[in-house]
Amino acid sequence: MKVLLRNPKREVEMPGPVRVSKLLEHLGLNPESVLVIRNDTLVTHDEHLDEPDVVEIRPVISGG
Amino acid sequence: MKCRRCKAPAVIDIRRHNAAFCRDCFLRHCTEQVRRAIDHFDMIRPGERVLMAVSGGKDSLGAWDLLTGLGYECDGLYLGLGIGEYSESSHGYARDFADSRQLRLIEVGLPEDHGFDIPSAATGAARSPCGACGLSKRHLFNRHALEGSYDVVATGHNLDDEAAVLLGNTLRWDGSYLGRQYPVLPASPGFVRKVKPLVRLTEREMAAYCVLTGIDYIVEECPMAEGNRHLAYKDVLNSLEATSPGAKASFLFSFWERGHAHFAAEADEERAELRPCVECGSPTTGDVCAFCKLGERVRRRSHPRGAEVAPE
Repeated sequence: MKVLLRNPKREVEMPGPVRVSKLLEHLGLNPESVLVIRNDTLVTHDEHLDEPDVVEIRPVISGG
Repeated sequence: MKCRRCKAPAVIDIRRHNAAFCRDCFLRHCTEQVRRAIDHFDMIRPGERVLMAVSGGKDSLGAWDLLTGLGYECDGLYLGLGIGEYSESSHGYARDFADSRQLRLIEVGLPEDHGFDIPSAATGAARSPCGACGLSKRHLFNRHALEGSYDVVATGHNLDDEAAVLLGNTLRWDGSYLGRQYPVLPASPGFVRKVKPLVRLTEREMAAYCVLTGIDYIVEECPMAEGNRHLAYKDVLNSLEATSPGAKASFLFSFWERGHAHFAAEADEERAELRPCVECGSPTTGDVCAFCKLGERVRRRSHPRGAEVAPE
């Protein structure tokens, strides 16, 4: 499935099915610092992601 | 996961509350947290006019939405910082939000109205860009609030911002800064009251609020913030939060309950020494305020003494 990452903006292919918490762990991301959006809808950490989902991992931390 | 309130499928889990919420219950949770902060710290009284400091990011646009939703009379002020495409883009988000809700947005440009931008301030005055930015924002939001007869300036500082600032102030045991770190700074001669209605909500909650309400905001980080200390403090606190949910909130709220009062006198002493800036009249501890000094330094560097400046 396609996973969109930001800062810098890039797209990676990840095998599914995978739990949101496992995906974040795999990518080395702290769950406190991102939102996971599947097909334009927010998902909780226990959800499973799979083909043909389009997933965006959006950072929420700003420096101001 | 199911929503803690209504048992519908949840869209967000918040570990520090040991809870998950569906869309509607989460939006209610955000509104309740803002209302609770306003009431607890006596931030805004009925009938007062609020000026929201708007950046085009999730926090300020979300806060503006929450305040107007709670019925406050709230205009926005956008300050253009002259940071290339980033400023153009963030300005667009602020404008679009205001237009879509028919809210009044006051637009001020640092380059157009004050003759310098943040990149040149950082190099010309040998300051960090974030330092020059924060200084300019504090000065100009206050000045425009006074000129526009607003009662309150509201900013989008959230729980993570405040916890990160507290960590930085504590690492240095900076008594004066610790004494000033509070969700409400009361009005005093030359200063409008300043409030932070988002102190009970994290960055993640604010980003979720914007996604769920369809608020379009600038997701990209300011290019000048890369590597700043504030981001490093947030990283440390989020690592702690991952193993101890609630650590950030506990650190911050416990300080306000039990620590802040010990430092308040130091901040009061500093405030008592303030006098009007000879250039602009804003309160300052010296003869000339930090904002006027910053502008003067940048302009001097751009046009060194003896250099001819082309007439306009």
